[in-house]
Amino acid sequence: MSFEPKILGIACNWCTYTGADLAGTTRLQYPQNLRVVRVMCSSRINPSFIFRAFQMGADGVLIGGCHPGDCHYNTGNLYARRRLAVTKKILDFSGMEPERFRVEWISASEGNKFAEVVTEFTEQIRKLGPQTKFKIAL
Amino acid sequence: MSRIGVFICHCGLNIAKTVRVSELAQFASTLPDVVVAKDYKFMCSTPGQEMIANDIREYKLDRVIVTACSPLMHEKTFRKVLAATGLNQYLLSIVNIREQVSWVTHDIEEGTSKAKALLNGAVYRARLLAPLTSRVINVCPDVLVVGGGIAGIQAALELANTGKKVYLVEKNSTIGGHMAQFDKTFPTLDCSACILTPKMDAVLQHKNITLLTSCEISEVKGYVGNFDITIRQKARYVDHDKCNACLACTEKCPGKGVSEWDEGLVKRKAIYIPFPQAVPQKPVIDRDTCTFFKKGKCRLCEKICEQKAIDFEQTDTFLPIKVGAVVIATGYDLMDTRELIQYGYGKYPGVYNALEVERLFNSAGPTGGKVTLRDGKEPQAIAIFHCIGSRDKNHYEHCSRVCCMYSLKFAHLFKEKTEADVYQFYIDMRAAGKGYEEFYNRLIEEDVKFIRGKGARVKSCAEEPGRLMVEAEDTITGKFVRLPVDMVVLSPAIVPRADARDVARLFNLSTDKQGFFMERHPKLAPLSTMSEGVYIAGVCQSPKDIPDTVAQANGAAAEALTIVEKDTMELEATTAMVNPSSCCGCQNCVRVCPYSAPFFKADKGVSEINEALCKGCGLCAAVCPASAIIARHFTNDQILSEMEGLMEY
Repeated sequence: MSFEPKILGIACNWCTYTGADLAGTTRLQYPQNLRVVRVMCSSRINPSFIFRAFQMGADGVLIGGCHPGDCHYNTGNLYARRRLAVTKKILDFSGMEPERFRVEWISASEGNKFAEVVTEFTEQIRKLGPQTKFKIAL
Repeated sequence: MSRIGVFICHCGLNIAKTVRVSELAQFASTLPDVVVAKDYKFMCSTPGQEMIANDIREYKLDRVIVTACSPLMHEKTFRKVLAATGLNQYLLSIVNIREQVSWVTHDIEEGTSKAKALLNGAVYRARLLAPLTSRVINVCPDVLVVGGGIAGIQAALELANTGKKVYLVEKNSTIGGHMAQFDKTFPTLDCSACILTPKMDAVLQHKNITLLTSCEISEVKGYVGNFDITIRQKARYVDHDKCNACLACTEKCPGKGVSEWDEGLVKRKAIYIPFPQAVPQKPVIDRDTCTFFKKGKCRLCEKICEQKAIDFEQTDTFLPIKVGAVVIATGYDLMDTRELIQYGYGKYPGVYNALEVERLFNSAGPTGGKVTLRDGKEPQAIAIFHCIGSRDKNHYEHCSRVCCMYSLKFAHLFKEKTEADVYQFYIDMRAAGKGYEEFYNRLIEEDVKFIRGKGARVKSCAEEPGRLMVEAEDTITGKFVRLPVDMVVLSPAIVPRADARDVARLFNLSTDKQGFFMERHPKLAPLSTMSEGVYIAGVCQSPKDIPDTVAQANGAAAEALTIVEKDTMELEATTAMVNPSSCCGCQNCVRVCPYSAPFFKADKGVSEINEALCKGCGLCAAVCPASAIIARHFTNDQILSEMEGLMEY
């Protein structure tokens, strides 16, 4: 059986989650490997969520927020942007392939972009194969 | 131990087509703490809602999971079901298996397995949900309307007539908007001024409307029910309280500017009112063209003003207001057709854009309503080009919706006012609207020539110097058409205002691909936005005609009224709180919060959060090094459990 990656997504309510809904209402097709957790703002994301996701066995983690400057909470995603940039470096430093972690700014009107990103990221993770470095055997 | 009920919606076949709903219900019943799992055709319908309510009572449920469409669609609907049974409304979890599962796959295996994973995550999360109490706030009864075109005017009047106090803010020195520039409106050909100017006057006279022209919004703070808004009153250099509108100043002024109102076709004075029926009837000085501001001397207007109303020292002032709701009706711009060099706009004097032509027809316009070219001659042949920049993947993909109809109107008026031959170059004739198709048929009988093909190019006519040659492919005959004309009218794409992004940022609105303001839901909440208490009306949302704009304005006024009609309202309970026993007093939260909700209590050495200001983004919870901040409804435990559930399958 071919490898089907499990990808955890965390999306902000106002932009990326709504953009994902738009991908649905416009019936765009993308791989079903992504499971999205909705938060109100990308700034809610604690880097530990990302490490925990990998420990839980996620093969990839995708974070989505509003475009910088367009945050529903004015400045939230600017904090998220810095924090997640550091997170990526720490992941790399800890031995995780940085390609397994991706941050994308997807607005509520970018259903196309959401579908494209998910398709592309899923393919990328599929090529990388299962993530075992952080996974904790349950 | 919780008692969870799972309710799975088929949404007709929308979900059931690519998710095996009965298998999903079967799966749900095996999950921890789930005591009942059911599927039903339409969960949001009355029987669906009753089923949930009955099961809450019968099975003594303390958590409800609705597996259906996006929470952005029906979370509120189902929260009401819980509340009606006495169960706290925040003990609900929505699993989005329509927008994010069934609609994005054709594969029922994939769809079903993803739905299972999402449902599993929701069950994990639901077990940790906590009941929350909504905050009740006082509501300011006043409303702000931004934009004084027909949409803003209509919304302001509707609201004011219900007894609400309305602030109508317009950035120009007069209200009226684009509609005031038109001569006739399609398809009835009634005079635009005759239907608009009485409304403009009603705004001015209305005791409940505060009209603020030459004003812009400079800051927006607060939230639904309590917006604190700062309005910038731009310097007019004329004290409108003293001015008695004699307009003697506008006659003597030596300064010359380009009339924006007449689309640059004529000059205006530096101290001016845009057009004779402007509201308010009081002049302003345009700093850029005023001789005094340019050269340091003149002040002629000051000398002749008996009221001593001229004030060259005037500066911008800032007016703070408080409102409960906002209606945004900022309208549109036309695409700058100079970008499209093939049409020669700006190069050939015979090429006009649609708004310029509106002014030519208007009896109060630069030619007194006569259709003459820039050289004063009457055109013998006129080509009207539809879809310039719109329905064009290189520029704007959207249809500007009104161009077919106003182009037909132009053709009719050209026929009425000149002897010219009139040619319409169109892609498709879109005449959807009451009386529109009939108007199109009428025009066919008026000897207007229709060529089905988009105008391709305008160049100077070699055979007949001074005339223009238009080129197009007639897609019905398949032939290439070359036609000498004297006048070309471009119907450009209707595009968002140049400053629409700034307005979007101020009010936290999303914009769509073209830059128009995005509605909360395209069908069910077309006038609401992602910012609660902020509504949109008219072309700022998408191109539309006057009847639709007026209908939207009435709708937006009614929406705003639902907020300001009540003295109090409930706000989301999903705020953050500090657990004082874990707080280390680092004040990270105080530094990062965009709303200044957290504050430091020096006597106790801990932070606290002012819940009235908190909007629930959760930023502080993520920056708290001691995990002392709890983002209600999105706690660390809730998020991590959901993730765990999602990753299990």
